[in-house]
Amino acid sequence: MSDTAERTSAPAPQRLDRVIIRFAGDSGDGMQLTGDRFTSASAVFGNDLATLPDFPAEIRAPAGTLAGVSAFQVHISDHEITTPGDAPDVLVAMNPAALRNELPRLESGGTVIVNVDAFDERSLAKAGYEKNPLEDGSLDGYKVYEVPMTSLTQGSVEHLGVKPRDAERSKNFFALGLVSWMYTRPVETTIRWIEERFANQPQVRDANLAAFQAGHAFGETAELFDHRYEVRPAAQPPGTYTNINGNTALAWGLIAASKLSGLPLFLGSYPITPASDILHELSKHKRFGVRTLQAEDEIAGIGSAIGAAYGGHLAVTTTSGPGMALKAEAMGLAISLELPLVIIDIQRGGPSTGLPTKTEQADLLMAHYGRHGESPLPIVAPHSPAECFHAAIEAARIALKYRTPVILLSDGYLANGTEPWRIPDVADLPDISTTFATEPNHTNPDGTKVFWPYKRDPETLARDLAVPGTPGLMHRIGGLEKQDGSGNVSYDPENHERMVHLRAAKVAGIAKDIPDAVVQGDVDDAELLFVGWGSTWGAIDGAMGRLRARGRKVAMVHLRHLNPFPPNLGDVLARYPFVVAPELNLGQLARLLRAEYLVDVRSVTKVRGVPFTAGELEHAALDLLGGAE
Amino acid sequence: MTAVEVPVTTRKDWASDQEVRWCPGCGDYSILAAIQLLMPELGVRREDTVFVSGIGCAARFPYYMNTYGMHSIHGRAPAIATGLAMARPDLHVWVVSGDGDALSIGGNHLIHALRRNINITIVMFNNQIYGLTKGQYSPTSELGKVTKSTPFGSLDHPFNPLSVAIGAEASFVARTHDMDRAHMIETFRRAHEHKGAAFVEVYQNCNVFNNGAFEGITAKSARDDMLIPLRHGEPIRFGSEGQWGVVLDAQRGAQIVEVAEVGEDALLVHDETRTDPGVAFMLSRLSRGPYEPTPIGVFRAVNRLEYSAEVARQVDEEIERKGPGDLAELLRSGATWEVS
Repeated sequence: MSDTAERTSAPAPQRLDRVIIRFAGDSGDGMQLTGDRFTSASAVFGNDLATLPDFPAEIRAPAGTLAGVSAFQVHISDHEITTPGDAPDVLVAMNPAALRNELPRLESGGTVIVNVDAFDERSLAKAGYEKNPLEDGSLDGYKVYEVPMTSLTQGSVEHLGVKPRDAERSKNFFALGLVSWMYTRPVETTIRWIEERFANQPQVRDANLAAFQAGHAFGETAELFDHRYEVRPAAQPPGTYTNINGNTALAWGLIAASKLSGLPLFLGSYPITPASDILHELSKHKRFGVRTLQAEDEIAGIGSAIGAAYGGHLAVTTTSGPGMALKAEAMGLAISLELPLVIIDIQRGGPSTGLPTKTEQADLLMAHYGRHGESPLPIVAPHSPAECFHAAIEAARIALKYRTPVILLSDGYLANGTEPWRIPDVADLPDISTTFATEPNHTNPDGTKVFWPYKRDPETLARDLAVPGTPGLMHRIGGLEKQDGSGNVSYDPENHERMVHLRAAKVAGIAKDIPDAVVQGDVDDAELLFVGWGSTWGAIDGAMGRLRARGRKVAMVHLRHLNPFPPNLGDVLARYPFVVAPELNLGQLARLLRAEYLVDVRSVTKVRGVPFTAGELEHAALDLLGGAE
Repeated sequence: MTAVEVPVTTRKDWASDQEVRWCPGCGDYSILAAIQLLMPELGVRREDTVFVSGIGCAARFPYYMNTYGMHSIHGRAPAIATGLAMARPDLHVWVVSGDGDALSIGGNHLIHALRRNINITIVMFNNQIYGLTKGQYSPTSELGKVTKSTPFGSLDHPFNPLSVAIGAEASFVARTHDMDRAHMIETFRRAHEHKGAAFVEVYQNCNVFNNGAFEGITAKSARDDMLIPLRHGEPIRFGSEGQWGVVLDAQRGAQIVEVAEVGEDALLVHDETRTDPGVAFMLSRLSRGPYEPTPIGVFRAVNRLEYSAEVARQVDEEIERKGPGDLAELLRSGATWEVS
């Protein structure tokens, strides 16, 4: 870094308790990387944080257009936070399209840092600006910093012999350096990362380092900025932390589940946004005995997983909504075969191709009912990126113990969003081991001992599983209705009715094996209870905090198990005058709760491809309570 | 692994206790018999053998074998078998399918299983009709076929199953028929012994909905002149007197000729092991349907990397290189920091 010793009168940074920064630029500008690096530096520094990557489905939309704007929002704080924040305090706009797209989100009076080099006539026209917003007064009311990032970056790397066109590519690191200076981020984390990441491309490495340092030095020397800001580390429980996104946490959770169950892990999957990263991550970890198949289609993804499950592996398939639709028939087969299987749905905006890179929670009813016949299966939903790790283990536990496919519902926001995670002690993780049959389990009237594949544990109703290779227990299973016990094909009407009820009772009985729903907040005297599931947790928690700060009595319950529901849920819902279910769909959980518990659940819904903000839920609650002031 | 001898078994040991429920006179019975007769000769254990099927008449097959088995959903058996064979390379995985199951609803899984060369043995019963749904035309039915769903004649150009398999670069491709038990047994044995995905088409008579579809070539009286036996290393010739043969014509591909006209030396010598699938493909095109002389036997048997073994190799090599995975280490593999 440049020598700062002689700046004796450097003003002390102004302390903030939290800040929300949004990096925005063209898809090719590397904004996701910039945001990600800023986040990592903040995480290592000890802030609590939450992030929201927000990018288009097109890999490269036409450069400079509104459709091509890619943004990354990060919320850093000196106290515990649960959302990526409502309105950003700071917008970094790398071109006119980014400014135009993102400015409406910004807090009034917020800070705008623009790459002024990109505000030429052509780029302004592409973004639909008739006049230059930097000159026509439309940014009055914001604190605007115009920084010639492109030319400063080119200047900073000139001595390395980098061609100007290539040099321009490093401008996101200039922006990162500048914002890192403004918010007093330690630089070592970023420098080390650049050195490692580009170790094999020395010129790119040196250019990115030079740009990063130039951005940092620019903040310090340009006297454009009156002072720096500081967000102190948050008080967190002791331990070792890492910053993790939901898809990585799921992949690691599956590997953990493999270890904890003692079964090798098999993943059959077909690439689909936003689930593919789970396939990418798991395909790296062959040391753990993980076998991954990039199948020819979604159906083969789950089909191969069913084959592996039959072979005694911990079998998983991963997908998003369109793939769930294609897998439905095979899920029915897995229900009929009563094989353990984990089906992971990273929900995205639908129907059809919908909004591939945007988040939504609209597959809940599909997870419940989206198969033919009476075909219930358990559903588990993580509520935060890091919690995906534990949810994967829980889904595997239920699948193995009850011999059933389990759906895990994550979503695009959890998949790509990150948060600091206190790494658990492996010894504290649950034992989810299971046993396979090795001996006959039934005696025929003639005294011969045989294996009955559909003989059940009287407690769990889980069937006995014998894997191929086990001598003497050869048997056939299939999608045709089978005789209770023997498993032989049966068209007997009474047997079919018994089997339908047995399969339903098995899944319903899992309620005995999951924790009660826990109410938080004003447990005893809340006038309003939020009931949520999945990724809305952060916004609901934030809203509850704000409402209570206003003196309102509010509580929340967040559901991790969506089928069956926790055993006490009916009692909980009946206790409060208002029950509100915020969901990123048109009220699917609300519908289920109303049907199940005859409670007048109010729906608050949003289907805009982005999470709720805490403010939205705060105001929705105030509207209901009639107490908005 | 300690070597324990495989117990001696008979056909009876390989038959399950379930009553076989195909229509009386169905060709499936003779295929089942051939496989049950073959099994004791293969030196494999029943518990290490798995039959996977989809939907259709042929798909009932696993219920009748005293092995492990799964009767799954329409067309998906190759996908399920792929997962099973990847997870458990120690097993012998068979797929039993029909022309509708394998080539219509399951066509995608079939070609991908073949190109991946996963170690499964696929036996496809081809009766050129949908039997279980009671008589609609299938993807192998001939053009113009009148069925319940094509009262004015089928407009669908049929698949040639072997051309499809060879086009997918299957490493083992063969054809046999339900009227010749010895030929079936020999063909299935070769398919079982092949390392990789093996595809066997079995001409099978559906005596209810498409009776006699192959009679013109498989009837005892017709075979000599209508079936062309492929034997590795031998010139391809047929006919009661061996009077016909097959030559490769530079312009027109594989052609049937009179041996007396061209001389024996001009005949194509059958070589299953040609890496290029071109000649095998031409042989698969020799007959346009079961009314012209049709080759049977092994068209192609080549060695190439087998998928499940390669998957296992990558896992083993990575463990050897870096040691078995350590979960605690994995969880700390990103940037970490301590809070005290």
